[in-house]
Amino acid sequence: MTDNWSPERAKDIISAHLSLEGPLLPILHALQQEFGYLPREAMVLVAEALNITRADVHGVASFYPDFRSQPPGRHVLKICRAEACQAMGGEENAEALLARLGLSWGITSANGALTIEPVYCLGLCATAPNAQRDGEAFSRLDADTLEALAREVL
Amino acid sequence: MRLYLPRDSVTQALGGEQLATALKAEAARRGITLTLTRNGSRGLFWLEPLVELETPAGRVGFGPFTAADIPALFDNPATHPKALGLVAELPFLKRQQRLTFVRAGVTDPLSLDDYAAHGGWAGLNRARALSGAEICAEVTKSGLRGRGGAGFPTGIKWETVRKAEAAQKYIVCNADEGDSGSYADRLLIEADPFCLIEGMAIAALAVGATRGYVYLRSEYPIAAAILSQAITLAAQSGHLGGFHLEVRLGAGSYVCGEETALLESLEGKRGVVRAKPPVPALVGLFGHPTVINNVISLATIPHILADGAEAYAAFGLGHSRGTMPIQLSGNIKHGGLFETAFGITLGELVEEIGGGTATNRPIRAVQAGGPLGAYFAPHQFDILYGYEEYAKAGGLIGHGGLVVFDDRVNMARMARFALEFCAHESCGKCTPCRIGSTRGRELVERIMTGGGAEPHLALLRELCDTMKSASLCALGGFTPYPVLSALTLFPEDFTALPAAAE
Repeated sequence: MTDNWSPERAKDIISAHLSLEGPLLPILHALQQEFGYLPREAMVLVAEALNITRADVHGVASFYPDFRSQPPGRHVLKICRAEACQAMGGEENAEALLARLGLSWGITSANGALTIEPVYCLGLCATAPNAQRDGEAFSRLDADTLEALAREVL
Repeated sequence: MRLYLPRDSVTQALGGEQLATALKAEAARRGITLTLTRNGSRGLFWLEPLVELETPAGRVGFGPFTAADIPALFDNPATHPKALGLVAELPFLKRQQRLTFVRAGVTDPLSLDDYAAHGGWAGLNRARALSGAEICAEVTKSGLRGRGGAGFPTGIKWETVRKAEAAQKYIVCNADEGDSGSYADRLLIEADPFCLIEGMAIAALAVGATRGYVYLRSEYPIAAAILSQAITLAAQSGHLGGFHLEVRLGAGSYVCGEETALLESLEGKRGVVRAKPPVPALVGLFGHPTVINNVISLATIPHILADGAEAYAAFGLGHSRGTMPIQLSGNIKHGGLFETAFGITLGELVEEIGGGTATNRPIRAVQAGGPLGAYFAPHQFDILYGYEEYAKAGGLIGHGGLVVFDDRVNMARMARFALEFCAHESCGKCTPCRIGSTRGRELVERIMTGGGAEPHLALLRELCDTMKSASLCALGGFTPYPVLSALTLFPEDFTALPAAAE
């Protein structure tokens, strides 16, 4: 994901959603989809368009784990840490991967290629352990196939 | 030649798209005309990807299918090493009582023709001939209770909304299925989305609502795409009348599965829990009377209206009427969705139907009902599946998930995780949940790092008691269930961990 910030594009996205009831979350999703994160400048435009304070917008954006105030790595690997995946060794696989790559949860690799994040359940709990890379899910992972998911984009 | 390959999230996560391409390529190479239907999953997940071949005798299954299994399928399916026989005759399916999930995996989820041919719209058509009060009475008579976990009688909730005087009313579907071990909502939406849409349209008729929202978690992109397409198709077909329906995506917050936090989130606010009363049935979305039900509750409505309340209520146990889609998850050989009448024992579910652990080791614990549900040990496996039965045993059925662990699980770690998860997901409004979860995690941590059982265990029990009785919602109020059950059933784990284990 690249920083392709454009106030005009942001304004277009915001106004496309203004006829919705409760438009704030759809707007934030759409802005993040476009820019990869929620630039501070965009939050100002959202506040103006919805006639709410910047603090209100910040309060909402910062409440939800999906919304980012900083751009992530070019690829995001979300590894499930919930119970069903734990029961199948998901946690051990994840810890081993982080150790091997010298990364921690939420920290982007030095080359900017990969951010590894936790996710709490992908709803694939009968074929655990699971992960999601750039929105695409992968199931029945072991330590090696999980590592391959990371290495392919590093 | 007609083949079926699901395009649900599980199959796609196991390479479904590549398999579909490879199947088509192989057929083209052999000059065979192939019709490949991307159905929903039947929920036999240990067999996914499950390819089905249409034969005069019925649909024959092959799975778990890989690209290497393709040539043999075209050579001679009868002798294929992955052949499973007639899918409908597989014991895991045959033993079920599928009412809500009757079409799951059978039909093309986006085919209106399939839906109508398999009994779709019959419930809505009957509802159109009834008054709102009659629809509500029918739902009440069926005994249907909230399948999200709270277990509140659906018909009574609807009747409250119906009687409320308001210019605007809403139907909100809670599809924020965040419980680990649960996937019934996802499966239903990906396999039979029109069923949910029909249930919501019936709810709208019953209470006099004109607008509806499905609040779907963002972790389910495939479900979101299928449901959005299905809503467009249903609206174009004229089945929805004047009922306007939209999908809204969550943003990764577990607590938004709590109904009032969900409403706040739909309104564009932080997902902070509201104090009740007033109940959402009277003061709900944007302050208007709102029916808010789980996916499975709403998707069961078409069956109840089509076949009658008595037929549904004939299934079940005590005050738990009808069927429940129980989801077998975690370390289990035959993981999948098993819809059955209430009253089945836990042992039957995890040992007979589930086949024990995938690792072939003894079962040590089963967590029932998601991250806020209690753990059960094998000596409790005769417990009967039902709302009251589980509550009496200090647990809950929740949204129907069962997560199995083998004998290598450390239950102090699981207790610590429950508190950590609560701390991570707390909306922050009430103190017992916001602070209690963190203090609780610290207590378990102290025990695990050699701080000694006493006085930390006594403090932990006291803290759990406070969280249970003083939290605003189920997140803080039920997190003590996994913690206390782990503590009571597996006290031997609440000691210092060997250094290697941590």
